[in-house]
Amino acid sequence: MMIEALIAVALIGALVTFVAPNRIAGKLAFVISLVPAALSLWLFAAFDGSGNALLDGELAFESQAAWLEIGDHSISWFVGLDGISLPLVVLTTILCTLAIVSSWTPIDDRESQFYGLILFIEANLIGVFSALDFFLWFVFWEAVLIPMYLLIGIWGGPRRKYAAIKFFVYTNVASLVMFGSFIALVFGLGDSVTSFALPEIATAMRNGGLDGLFGLGGPALASVVFIGMFLGFAVKVPIVPFHTWLPDAHVEAPTPASVLLAGVLLKMGTYALLRFNFTMFPEQVEAYAIPIAAIAVISVIYGAMLALAQTDLKRIVAYSSVSSMGYVILGLVAYTTFGVGGATFQMVSHGLISGLMFMAVGVIYNATHTRMVTDMSGMADRMPIAVGILIAGAFGYMGLPLMSGFYGEFTIFFGTFGSELLDYSPLFTSLAMFGIVIVAGYLLFALQRTVFGPYRLETDYEVSRAPVHDIASMGVLLGLIILLGVAPALIFDMITDAIEPIIGGGL
Amino acid sequence: MAVLELPDWMALAPALILAGTALVLFLIDSIEPHSTNRTLLSGTAVAGSLSSLAVAVWFTVAGVGATGIENYGVIDIMDGQFVVDQLALYFMIIIAVVTALVTVASYDYLQDHTYQAEYYSLVVLAATGMSMMAASNSLVTIFIALELTSLPSYALVAILKDNRGSVEAGLKYFLIGALSSAIFVYGVSLVYGATGSLQLTRIAAVLESGDGAVAEMGGLLGLGILMLIGGIAFKTASVPFHFWAPEAYEGAPAPISAFLSSASKAAGFVLAFRVFTTAFPLEATTGIIGIDWTLAFAILAIVTMTLGNFAAATQENVKRMLAYSSIGHAGYVLIGLAALSADGGDLVMGAAMMHLLVYGFMNTGAFLFVGLAEYWGVGRTFEDYNGLAERAPFACGAMAVFMFSLAGVPPFSGFWSKYLLYTELINAAADNTALLVLAAALVINSALSLYYYSRLVKALWIEEPLLDRDRLAQPTGLYAAIIAAAVMTIVLLPAFGPVADAALEAAAAVVA
Repeated sequence: MMIEALIAVALIGALVTFVAPNRIAGKLAFVISLVPAALSLWLFAAFDGSGNALLDGELAFESQAAWLEIGDHSISWFVGLDGISLPLVVLTTILCTLAIVSSWTPIDDRESQFYGLILFIEANLIGVFSALDFFLWFVFWEAVLIPMYLLIGIWGGPRRKYAAIKFFVYTNVASLVMFGSFIALVFGLGDSVTSFALPEIATAMRNGGLDGLFGLGGPALASVVFIGMFLGFAVKVPIVPFHTWLPDAHVEAPTPASVLLAGVLLKMGTYALLRFNFTMFPEQVEAYAIPIAAIAVISVIYGAMLALAQTDLKRIVAYSSVSSMGYVILGLVAYTTFGVGGATFQMVSHGLISGLMFMAVGVIYNATHTRMVTDMSGMADRMPIAVGILIAGAFGYMGLPLMSGFYGEFTIFFGTFGSELLDYSPLFTSLAMFGIVIVAGYLLFALQRTVFGPYRLETDYEVSRAPVHDIASMGVLLGLIILLGVAPALIFDMITDAIEPIIGGGL
Repeated sequence: MAVLELPDWMALAPALILAGTALVLFLIDSIEPHSTNRTLLSGTAVAGSLSSLAVAVWFTVAGVGATGIENYGVIDIMDGQFVVDQLALYFMIIIAVVTALVTVASYDYLQDHTYQAEYYSLVVLAATGMSMMAASNSLVTIFIALELTSLPSYALVAILKDNRGSVEAGLKYFLIGALSSAIFVYGVSLVYGATGSLQLTRIAAVLESGDGAVAEMGGLLGLGILMLIGGIAFKTASVPFHFWAPEAYEGAPAPISAFLSSASKAAGFVLAFRVFTTAFPLEATTGIIGIDWTLAFAILAIVTMTLGNFAAATQENVKRMLAYSSIGHAGYVLIGLAALSADGGDLVMGAAMMHLLVYGFMNTGAFLFVGLAEYWGVGRTFEDYNGLAERAPFACGAMAVFMFSLAGVPPFSGFWSKYLLYTELINAAADNTALLVLAAALVINSALSLYYYSRLVKALWIEEPLLDRDRLAQPTGLYAAIIAAAVMTIVLLPAFGPVADAALEAAAAVVA
């Protein structure tokens, strides 16, 4: 019942915040969000699961209740955590709390609605990572869209209406494609499944229970479904060439929404890829390994090149997310314990680092009201602590050892290089490693121009030290990044424990 | 065998209660002509529809008309002219729900109206017709129920006698309605000519035996069926008799638009489900007329949903957008009939029925919100709705719920019905791959619909208001109806189990 408690607190908190007066909404939402954050840390401490949730693992905090019956299949409320989902749940609750704190300065209009929506997103994100029934999972998956649409649309920048509808329609169409593919899979499994429970479906798939459907044979159907679902999730991740909604959404979104978007929403896509495509279809992964790896490498390089060409700080961080998600896909397709484990670690690590970067950009914007690299220089002069944390975060992004980014990328490269499933894996790995050079290039270039040198600002605002609460929330993130960099085993052990059943041992 | 050993005709109680309520309203009107006692009139209508709802729900829970339970079973009334089964009760629930919401909301909407008693009695009378339609089991009783519904509806659309739009809409509605009634009745005569029977089960028996002249009259029968489909298309606002809908919904008072687009559409569909599953068994009929009637519905479904959605996307007037969206949803529900030829077709039909129930809440609520906007006196276009959320967050929140639910986005119950329809359609497509075309049409239309539904949410919540307004009034009746509909739209997401069970059982019972 612990997961239900987490979701319920966030949902009820959302309702309470929605009707609370604007003036106290921010503080109220913060206090409420501390409850799921504390609970999720307790879950982390009390975690007693083992193995993979979909493949006969021991689930932690499992609970199940019948929901509805349709035809020969039942749909149920079914939640539980394993070593893959638990770190993501903790990431969600912590980032939501910090996003709320980082909203105190910039959000000054319709506050109660804003904070209500953030808590509502939090409830659904926890649901996405803990649901183990397809329909339940899909309800949470889709329900994230509405609050994000409103957050971008109401509190966003000048082109917010365009960005919001683009985000909504892109991801919704992708979801419909994915949904149709998955349902075809379930019916293709015929009598070997009697419910939409993901563990049952995954087990049946791996036992080769897939019959044909629509006149397609089992393997052909599996390929069609695999591609359909891959496309559906690719938009969410996003993978080049489905990434165009991302920079628009990020640039127009208010900073706290960007933090959640980059920190958690993108991980929904990679998490779903891992849970569905890479867990249920080992044969198709092998068959399509080379094209997927190629797309991953293109995402890494092309995303980084795009970031290099930007002069808007937020756009730089946004495109760099496309690049970082490319690493995750590469790690997944390597299909080794270190590759997939590193990819999962990178999801958490990138969530923390990109969250930190967006917050830092937000803090600078709050003070200067510009995000253009060309509009400012020498910011270190006026806001030394905030800029210090920004620089630390940037080094985390570039993969400085003893920070979480290093461990994530290192394990991905390590796992990919020796991959047996992926042909030419050394080539793909070395190409992707080149992305790190570009990352260092654009981050250092942007930092050099904005934070160092003599103080100069094109806009008419008086810049002083950043507010304490912003520094504190960035400090928490930086602390976590360093903690995971120093002691990656904190989560890497449970991740590999959950990943081994998928891969079947090996590197 | 009925519950509590009551006579069989008591099984029609949900419809009879509505009929009784209409008579009481006439009585009140004759005692005090031109009464403006809104509380009494609206209260009577609401009480009547709520009792009808309560009885229908009670009957469903108690298993009246349920097959597969000992001592229970379908109840035949008047030698099979009427039949009370799960299908009939399910639709009686939808109709009673919509009637209740509409009569509650009318309390404020009709504030200064002259013909209060007439209005409520016509609404309840039309609801009686719809409720009877759900239980009709012969082409004669069906036609009578159809006319009992249509005649009050014509008057209701035109009831704002001083309003040009309302009168024009009423006239258009009447002319097209009369034409389609004529077509329907001509279809009835052709079917009678071919089979020699009007009672649905006897028509089926004749077709299945293939006795006598029937086998020779495939063309006549086919034409008759096509004309029946025409009559149904009018009632459900489907292509090719859909074009009255935008005019009538736009001109009519908003509660009546809600009533017609939700309850009247549901009644049209129960008619379609009943006639085509009972009277024209697929194999036998196909054998005689040489063509599968599900094909007609498949084509109509695709054309109707596509036309409805594309037209809705181009509207500037909110009520017209909702009217076209209502045509689009008729297309979704038609899938329920189009998939009947495949294995698992009864599940698709069940999902379509679920959609009608959910639609009864979300679409009624959406039109009632338009009624609220008319009450406030804001304009009719999307732009006029800009920024209303700042003045009336609760009503606008409810409207956002309706819009997202109509688009099928969770966490609202429109999600269930649309995605279960999609799910079962893919299941049925395993048997008949041609149905994948329908599934594709559903996906494309559903994705497109998000555009215009979210456009209204954008207007309400994101856009800046055009002019500065004072705080908007909060009329009790309209607010109560809208909030109730929104709450149900949300609550049915977790509590969808009973709805799904009822719809699937009802569908399985008639399809079998």
